[in-house]
Amino acid sequence: MSDPSLLDVTGLSVAFGSLKALHRVSLAVRPGERFALLGHNGAGKSTLFRTVLGFVSPASGKVEVAGAAPGSDKARRTVSYLPESVAFPKALTGAELLAYFARLKGQTPKSAMPLLETVGIADAANRRVGTYSKGMRQRLGLAQALIGRPELLLLDEPTSGLDPISRGDFYAILDRLAGEGTAVVLSSHSLTEVEARTDRIAILSRGRLVAEGSLAELARAAALPVTVRVKAAAEDAGALHARIGGRRLNGRSVELDCAAGDKMAVLSRIAALGDVVADIDIDTPRLDDVYRHFSGHSAGGEA
Amino acid sequence: MKATLNRIAAVTAIEIRLSVRNRWVALSTLILVLFALALAFLGSGPAGASKVGALTLTAASLATLSVYLIPLIALLLSYETIAGEVERSTLPLVLATPVRRFEVLTGKFVGHLSVLTLAIVVGYSIAALAVVAVHGADLHGALAWARLIATGVLLGAVFVAIGILVSASTARVGTAAALLVGIWLVLIVLYDLALLAGLIVDDGGFFTKSLFPALVIANPGDAFRLYNLAALEGSAPVAGIDGLARSLPFPPSLALAALAAWLAAMIAAGLWRFQKVRP
Repeated sequence: MSDPSLLDVTGLSVAFGSLKALHRVSLAVRPGERFALLGHNGAGKSTLFRTVLGFVSPASGKVEVAGAAPGSDKARRTVSYLPESVAFPKALTGAELLAYFARLKGQTPKSAMPLLETVGIADAANRRVGTYSKGMRQRLGLAQALIGRPELLLLDEPTSGLDPISRGDFYAILDRLAGEGTAVVLSSHSLTEVEARTDRIAILSRGRLVAEGSLAELARAAALPVTVRVKAAAEDAGALHARIGGRRLNGRSVELDCAAGDKMAVLSRIAALGDVVADIDIDTPRLDDVYRHFSGHSAGGEA
Repeated sequence: MKATLNRIAAVTAIEIRLSVRNRWVALSTLILVLFALALAFLGSGPAGASKVGALTLTAASLATLSVYLIPLIALLLSYETIAGEVERSTLPLVLATPVRRFEVLTGKFVGHLSVLTLAIVVGYSIAALAVVAVHGADLHGALAWARLIATGVLLGAVFVAIGILVSASTARVGTAAALLVGIWLVLIVLYDLALLAGLIVDDGGFFTKSLFPALVIANPGDAFRLYNLAALEGSAPVAGIDGLARSLPFPPSLALAALAAWLAAMIAAGLWRFQKVRP
């Protein structure tokens, strides 16, 4: 393999009339990687997906799927797609729909049926989709996307509207797939849920890629402070405050911010205080904070 | 090639299955059976002892009724086919697979037309058998029914293609439905009224002699009816525009050619429109 990435987006710009939906976006996704695409509505996530699928032509720049052009036979065999809020015909059963998509993908219906087991709706295989819950429909959508073992999964807000348990199950399946080498690209509004579940995060804002990297990298780039909350042993926050500074929270606790790089130094200073300290809480910046930091920068003009 | 056929077959199969589930198959068959039987036994049909067979007479009146019913059922079967997938977001899902757009469209066309063909064949055969059971059979009448069924399928194919074109031209099912009603009204009802008005105003002049026959045959519904009535060779009573069937300035087969031309044009237009749909 000369080119290790499955998805290569270079300097991609897409325009709808005068609206610039994407502006010079570049990113690459490797096999086995879980890649999250974040951004608010209209930031360009769906447009990026649709360009990768070949539905939309770039104004400039290039997209390659496993080295092939979007929409080409090779690209179509490589990619599987789950659109946002897909509504399957209610009158058909899960098994019928899965068989249909298997045939469109050149697979036998029989070979696809175990996927219903994989996503946990085998019991409902012969029930009409109209009777499915939102979570079950989404699982069916995922089963459909898994037909033929695609190398690249594009999931457009796959977990929006799912309850926490379904969402957890959903991510567990994605983790397993990534472990087997499938590259997973998913978009989301739901920042906190993506955090623990993806290797790399890209943030789109108004069609521009404003940040990209692992959560730690993003947090470092955003230079958001780590917050350390120290609880005094003897309800004597005053004494504690006098020795380490920061903000007094109440009678017992003191809170201080420090740069991510200084965290260890601060902690060892606190640890050196010995008995004065009862407990320490460390608040590292969450993805929500990082996301707000990055998307806030370039979306400043928006109300 | 084999992959293409497999994918077309997959689309056709799912469309037929959907029509069965949504009771479109049962409903359209039932409608055609009921109307055909009503015409055969309640209408002005074979009451008197005329020298024309009962089978022929009902075929003639059914040709007129079919012009209203078959296009309507064909449009109802097909208008939602693409707009509905756009609305439900299943179209991007389908088009992300290796399936080609012309394969999707072909599969849908064959699927809808299969359902319609089944309804026409079953519906009209039941009615024909009922007429035969009561009034007896004759070869002339049997041929008229065979022609009626075959050309009815052709007429249906034209309107399935029109329905698909409409569906590919709008991203909203509601818009497609409104367009469908409009198209049916214009092509099937208003067109004939306009022609009749033209005949009355013109009173046997240039319009009546030169333009009118061409205009009649240019309309798929009229072409269908004209062909069937002309083929009866004056054995059945005709009225209104259909008087033309007696004085056709060209062979009736031209009416069939007109239907085929409509079909080709509508399929081509549907393919062209569908290529432009952005999922």
